[in-house]
Amino acid sequence: MHEVVRSGPQAAAKPILPVSAERLFVRRKGRVLLDIEALTIGGRGTTVLVGPNGAGKSLLLNVLAGLRAPDSGRVLWNGEPPNRQRYCRFGMVLQRPVLLRRSVRANVEFALRAVGSSAEQARAQAHRALEAAGLLALANASARVLSGGEMQRLALTRALAAGPDLLFLDEPTSSLDPASMQTIEAMVRNASEDGMRIVLIAHDLAQARRLGDEIIFMHRGKIVEHAPTDRFFGAPATPEAQAFIAGKILI
Amino acid sequence: MQDFAASFFEAFRLVLGLDPGLIEIVLLSLKVSMTAVFIATIIGLPLGAFLAVTRFPGRGIVIVTVTALMGLPPVVVGLVVYMLLSNAGALGPLQLLYTPTAMIIAQTVLVVPIIAALARQTLEDLNGEYRDQLMLFGLGSLARLRTLLWEGRYSLMTALLAGFGRAVAEVGAVIIVGGNINHVTRVMTTAIALETSKGNLALALGLGLILVIIAFAVNALVFLLRAAAERSAYA
Amino acid sequence: MFTSLRCLAVTLTTILFPVATVAAGEFIVLQSTTSTQNSGLYEHLLPGFEKKTGIQVRVVAVGTGQAIKNAGNCDGDLLLVHAKAAEEAFVAEGGGKQRRDVMYNDFVLVGPSADPAEIGGSAQIGDALQRIAHSRAAFASRGDDSGTHKKELALWNGIGVDPQAHSGSWYRETGSGMGATLNVAVGMDAYVLTDRATWISFGNQADHRILVEGDPALFNQYGVVTIDPAHCPNVKEAAAERFVEWLLGPEGQAAIAGFRLDGQQLFHPNAKNGGS
Ligand SMILES: Nc1ncnc2c1ncn2[C@@H]1O[C@H](COP(=O)(O)OP(=O)(O)OP(=O)(O)O)[C@@H](O)[C@H]1O
Ligand SMILES: [Mg+2]
Repeated sequence: MHEVVRSGPQAAAKPILPVSAERLFVRRKGRVLLDIEALTIGGRGTTVLVGPNGAGKSLLLNVLAGLRAPDSGRVLWNGEPPNRQRYCRFGMVLQRPVLLRRSVRANVEFALRAVGSSAEQARAQAHRALEAAGLLALANASARVLSGGEMQRLALTRALAAGPDLLFLDEPTSSLDPASMQTIEAMVRNASEDGMRIVLIAHDLAQARRLGDEIIFMHRGKIVEHAPTDRFFGAPATPEAQAFIAGKILI
Repeated sequence: MQDFAASFFEAFRLVLGLDPGLIEIVLLSLKVSMTAVFIATIIGLPLGAFLAVTRFPGRGIVIVTVTALMGLPPVVVGLVVYMLLSNAGALGPLQLLYTPTAMIIAQTVLVVPIIAALARQTLEDLNGEYRDQLMLFGLGSLARLRTLLWEGRYSLMTALLAGFGRAVAEVGAVIIVGGNINHVTRVMTTAIALETSKGNLALALGLGLILVIIAFAVNALVFLLRAAAERSAYA
Repeated sequence: MFTSLRCLAVTLTTILFPVATVAAGEFIVLQSTTSTQNSGLYEHLLPGFEKKTGIQVRVVAVGTGQAIKNAGNCDGDLLLVHAKAAEEAFVAEGGGKQRRDVMYNDFVLVGPSADPAEIGGSAQIGDALQRIAHSRAAFASRGDDSGTHKKELALWNGIGVDPQAHSGSWYRETGSGMGATLNVAVGMDAYVLTDRATWISFGNQADHRILVEGDPALFNQYGVVTIDPAHCPNVKEAAAERFVEWLLGPEGQAAIAGFRLDGQQLFHPNAKNGGS
């Protein structure tokens, strides 16, 4: 039912995976915000990033997406520096999604046109994507007047519509009602089964269990644990991870 | 003291009588100021956009300068343009002094800083909000800028209207470079100055009222266009 | 794919007027004074000439000093002002080619009806100014190097008073045209020297009236000066000369005499017969 509509210039696209990071370091005003020795995102499946507020999860995704340059170290997309114009099969939903001052439909069409769809293709694809996301009733509304949850759904739909190989989701269900959350989770699971590589930030540990094939636990800018989901929740290796799972606040 | 009622009467008499002299002056005012705003947009918008999205040494000074130039005194602009266009000046051979073109040039100089400064602020704020998202769309810097211009179109339109307001209301520059020549370079403001100097205060104020009405009409038109555009966008 | 810029341009061009070109025919630029323009003389005078010759006369009205300066910058084809000494100096310095008398009127001293300096009815302008200076009653001066201003300074000089020493107290220099200065004088109940034509046609006389007139010292001569093509190669010499001939000839002189406002003749033609 929640079929992911894949589109875009599939044939011409360069494969973006694997995405790797080496010795990433970001420091602001004497505080270490990010300190990653090595990380590789490849293969298949869904990775869930967890950790307390301010751990550096969003920052890591932004650096991996090429939106922020690290103070030192480097990020490689399939062996090359990030370049979104050359690797168009990449999508991301920001923690605070930015919707264009246009209709819901036009927001999706814009993303599709940006990856090279013709006007007619974009219209048809946008229609199907909105339908799959249950947003068709809002298609002609101004995107800027949507509710918080509707905005998140639109942002995810927009990112999915272009059919990326790699998708970063920064807390995609943070303000959704239970039914909408299920819808979104189903969309994510379907996309993952379709072969889309997904990295997702979540605060809801139940969601992390449901969606994640593996878990990355971050604390104070560092990756403290990186393990398959079962092992992370069943036998956390570090005291920080144990405390985090137990719901104890970490500073 | 003059009677304000007399001014309203003069204004209505002129408008209702469709005084051909008045229509000529109104049309010239609109032509000169709108052309000036159009040219100033072509110069000021890219300048403002460039300042909004680039970082280079001395950028702060350029921004402060452009913003300060919003307060350029029209008389000074008129004088400088006069000295350039005068037959004794560098551009004298173009024979543009005392023509509407000279007035357009002077008003363009007045309006460019307004459009550039306001556009810069609008686009810089917008870029802060949109930059990451537009990068994620995979847009190059030019396409990002174009998207910002479109997303900020209503704020930018207000910048153009501010420029138009300044242009159509100023007298200091156009009276020097235009010469207030009857049927050639006489516009609303210079006509008002002339009638004031003739002591015809009611008529002068009447013309002033018409100028206000024109400014109002132009703004209302843009407002309606915007409303119509929004309706058709979300119909 | 991105239509934003194009859309913006279209919006603008649709509200833009096509840049209409100025009527193509021949024209000359006449640098002249605010007093002649404000009185409405040119609207009375020029249509006859334009109809006859097809030459449009474009009048730029500024103070005499600025008019001469503009002409010296070659920004006019002809000069019609009222400061004989300055006009002759302009010719002597090589900017002007020839100066000829056109018409005259006279200056009048205007002031509030209450007449605080009690100058009403003075036959001598010198006496009146003396009394104003003595009583320190407000006096508005053009202060703009115009013909009227030059005349006023000469009158003060004639009685040995330096009014500019009192600038800012009772002597108020507006630095503006005749009409603007009259508005100031009316607003602050000041005395003011003006040419009669501007005064008669002035619409905001309020409580002011003529207090001194008729002194031969108040004679106001207007002259026309052609521009020397050796100084200004661009000058439209032939067309300008044609206008001068018409102005000084019977038709122009009759038109000047025929310009009346409220039944009063504002300018008196006095070109030497036979033109040059
Ligand atoms: N540009 C910046 N300048 C200064 N500090 C920054 C900047 N960007 C991020 N930070 C800081 O880096 C830390 C990590 O931020 P980040 O957004 O990655 O946290 P997070 O793990 O996503 O937290 P949350 O769960 O609340 O979203 C925070 O303390 C934040 O204040
Ligand atoms: Mg975050």
